[in-house]
Amino acid sequence: MARILSFSIFRYNPGDPASAPRLDNFLLDESDRMTLFIALTRLREEQDASLQFDFCCRAGICGACGMVINGRPGLACHTKTKDLPKEITLLPLPGFDLVADLSVDTGKWFRAMYRRVESWVHTDKAFDPAAEEERMDNALAEQIYELERCIECGCCVSACGTSRMRPDFLGAAGLNRIARFMIDPRDERTDSDYFDLVGNDEGVFGCMGLLACEDICPKEIPLQDQLGILRRKMAFTAVKDIFRMKEKGKKK
Amino acid sequence: MQTFHTDLLCVGAGLAGERVAIAAASAGFSAMCLSIVPARRSHSAAAQGGMQAALGNCAMGDGDDPDVHFADTVKGSDWGCDQEVARLFCDSAPIVMRELAAWGVPWNRVVAGRSSYFKGGAQFEKIEKKEKEGLITARAFGGTAKWRTCYTSDGTGHTVLYAMDNKAAQLGVPVHDRTEVIALIHDGENCLGAIARSLRNGELSAYLAKATLIATGGFGRIYRESTNAVINDGGGLISALDTGLVRLGNMEAVQFHPTGIVPTDILVTEGCRGDGGTLLDVNEERFMPEYEPEKAELASRDVVSRRMTEHMRRGLGVKSPYGDHLWLDIRHLGEKHIRSKLREVDEICKYFLGVDPVRQLIPVRPTQHYSMGGVRTDASGAAYGLAGLFSAGEAACWDLHGFNRLGGNSLAETVVAGMLVGQKTVEFLKGRQVNFSTAVIEDAVARQKDRIGRLIAKTDGKENVFSVKNRMHDAIMKGAGIFRNGTDLAACVDELQDTLDAARKVGLSTNGRGASPELTLALKIEGMVKLALCVAFGALKRTESRGSHSREDYPERNDRDWLVRTLASWPDGADLPLLEYESATEVFEILPGDRGYGGGAIIPMPPPAAPGEQGTPSGPAEQTATASTGSTGSAGSTGSAAAPPTQGRLAETGSPNTAGSPHAGADAAQGDK
Ligand SMILES: Cc1cc2nc3c(=O)[nH]c(=O)nc-3n(C[C@H](O)[C@H](O)[C@H](O)COP(=O)(O)OP(=O)(O)OC[C@H]3O[C@@H](n4cnc5c(N)ncnc54)[C@H](O)[C@@H]3O)c2cc1C
Ligand code: SF4
Ligand code: SF4
Ligand code: FES
Repeated sequence: MARILSFSIFRYNPGDPASAPRLDNFLLDESDRMTLFIALTRLREEQDASLQFDFCCRAGICGACGMVINGRPGLACHTKTKDLPKEITLLPLPGFDLVADLSVDTGKWFRAMYRRVESWVHTDKAFDPAAEEERMDNALAEQIYELERCIECGCCVSACGTSRMRPDFLGAAGLNRIARFMIDPRDERTDSDYFDLVGNDEGVFGCMGLLACEDICPKEIPLQDQLGILRRKMAFTAVKDIFRMKEKGKKK
Repeated sequence: MQTFHTDLLCVGAGLAGERVAIAAASAGFSAMCLSIVPARRSHSAAAQGGMQAALGNCAMGDGDDPDVHFADTVKGSDWGCDQEVARLFCDSAPIVMRELAAWGVPWNRVVAGRSSYFKGGAQFEKIEKKEKEGLITARAFGGTAKWRTCYTSDGTGHTVLYAMDNKAAQLGVPVHDRTEVIALIHDGENCLGAIARSLRNGELSAYLAKATLIATGGFGRIYRESTNAVINDGGGLISALDTGLVRLGNMEAVQFHPTGIVPTDILVTEGCRGDGGTLLDVNEERFMPEYEPEKAELASRDVVSRRMTEHMRRGLGVKSPYGDHLWLDIRHLGEKHIRSKLREVDEICKYFLGVDPVRQLIPVRPTQHYSMGGVRTDASGAAYGLAGLFSAGEAACWDLHGFNRLGGNSLAETVVAGMLVGQKTVEFLKGRQVNFSTAVIEDAVARQKDRIGRLIAKTDGKENVFSVKNRMHDAIMKGAGIFRNGTDLAACVDELQDTLDAARKVGLSTNGRGASPELTLALKIEGMVKLALCVAFGALKRTESRGSHSREDYPERNDRDWLVRTLASWPDGADLPLLEYESATEVFEILPGDRGYGGGAIIPMPPPAAPGEQGTPSGPAEQTATASTGSTGSAGSTGSAAAPPTQGRLAETGSPNTAGSPHAGADAAQGDK
């Protein structure tokens, strides 16, 4: 028999002086193969046209629809109601600026992140349209792709204890981005360059390794491995750099 | 209200928008992008398959070159494309793939040695050459003679868009996301920028620019069921149409994909059928062999979509709360094959349907997928009708795709057109002087404020915006879907005109404060219905079948009368678009002929009166002059739907005989009214 779902949804519209933060309740009859995308769209069209949330691809690939679903950050579009109890609580992702209701400004956070880690290929080579492309081993290309699969949904940031305490913490997504460029031979940055970017408490040394991030990542990116490798590498670079400074000192 | 100044304003931060912005920024101009969502969430990210470029590195692409790519593209378009554009595109695509590699795209590469591949369920062997190892490789896609589709696993659009956005960030191109353009600013001759509304707080801003680019992607969301992102509702096209000056090209050319899942309409790959999957009806029986004894499920995209629709019309679809559908069955391919080779399909079924395709059937139906039509531009990307307005990507009708685009050609188009149009925009900016008239800008802002005020105050009525949208969906799904005929299209146009009336009377049910999703939709609903009318009316008038435009009452491709592109514009206050026509291509490298698939009869174009230069059969003017004399009514069939130009509530020039220069055509059209 079809269930009647009971939604508790966080509401607050900062653009409306009359609005105050609260939880609103809605009832909705569940249909076959219903996802939270279908449910929320129906709630907006049938019950409350002011309800705000973000969907774009509705296919689990654009990262727009992160929210806290019964206590756990996740993508609403690929969450089926049949996998949830009939009481469903939806909250906006913490750690990001609230736009309204379930909508948060992940775009702003990620743009700041990729400015900080300089999320682009650093090279002195100019592109030559007449030349053949530089060769790359296919296995390496696939490895880079594996780390590039992050869709910037922000779920890992919301789940991370360090991020909650330190708003300037780069988070698993930011550190993963660094790892992606480190293994890419087209990027000419050295370990010391990367160390300057992330060798601090806002970066890799802020991570407590509790791994809520990997557990929550909807793209199942191997964040644990990346954080571990990065931490070891950066610690090593730190030692190396201190050593190099001493060497320089000796020479003087 | 804030005002921003920039040399180039890109409306859209998908692949096309960002690539043009990068070209301008690299040349030292200021460029900025506006986007509904953060750049990386643009729909370009959703393309999984890949992009075509004749690099010829992989074994199955051996011997490929831009000429072969060109021939595939022209045939694919059913000779509807602009051959000058197709040539430019095919020649430049390989360079673009290499440039993307330099910017960081982790293209899959050639691995030397022996490997196997599947075709039609059977296994074959190929050997990759040692000297090609490490170069960009390619996969097979429908309608191509060679393996030409460059890819990164199942995330090509994602990696290319991330590389592009990285490049834009490196160059310091600002992207204002959650910023939606609701109107262009123009003085009747020049485009001066755009008015945008913030989707953070609802405030309006004016963006003033020497050149403006529309790169807002497809408008699939005028259909209820579409594989497109929910933001693909044609906002850029609407603001272009609202000027009354800009022409939209071939809006009736809409592509449907056979296997969107039900509900949510997410695409599952053609590979399912390629590997031996079958389609079943309500009785769980195969039906494709009955219609297409030879190719069955493996007929071309448009053919399979048509047959599926036909079968559901016969009442043999599966009923569901989301409408009728059919089943895709891949169970017999076995667990090992499904979990490895069709991993992406397996995941979509698991996450979005809760279906295990190893044991269960997948609910599918043909689903709107791609908009060949869009803002008509010349080969340099300049829009018809306003100086300083450009367009590129899926939003544009540049016209690479004609009446059917090939898989892998659209993602490639965004970046190739982005580069080429980018160069032309830079040239344009170098000589550009504009007078930003305060009166014009203030008037543009005042109009938008007035619209918003009226919607909130319900000045024009209390029509519910969601009901209007549903009416539009009902009408267009019924009349301008996969199969079209004069009767249903005429009914569809009528219903859409009534819907347009209703759209003009929308009033909000909420207070519209802040980003207000209701206001956001209310501001574009009238425009969406107008786009739907451009599609339906254009389809009604085109009395032939070409590519994706399939008329049951005119099954032939009619090269004698319809080797033309439809141009739609919307005169102020009109209830229907103004239709004009121009020849499909000014240059013929390949004369119209048989595509080699899809069957269908052809009414040939008349032999050229006098031999033209370089294989050009005749000048476009003569070409369409011929079209006009042989036009309307004489097409062999009933002729009634070709209809005299003044039928009904029409404000159009009727048959394609007013071709020639679009500007001359416009004058003629105005005279007609
Ligand atoms: C599921 C799917 C799979 C596909 N797979 C392939 C494939 O494998 N190969 C292939 O070649 N093609 C494929 N395509 C087609 C291809 O992905 C698109 O045609 C292409 O990505 C469009 O790119 P674009 O830059 O033109 O627009 P988009 O990437 O759609 O970008 C549009 C931009 O405009 C912005 N925008 C829209 N309206 C407004 C407004 N009013 N104001 C401000 N900004 C606005 C959006 O926010 C966005 O930034 C696929 C399409 C779909 C739907
Ligand atoms: S492992 Fe590090 S990044 Fe991940 S949740 Fe814990 S502290 Fe945050
Ligand atoms: S790492 Fe995973 S959870 Fe974090 S933003 Fe990327 S996709 Fe989302
Ligand atoms: S809407 Fe794109 S990931 Fe959910």
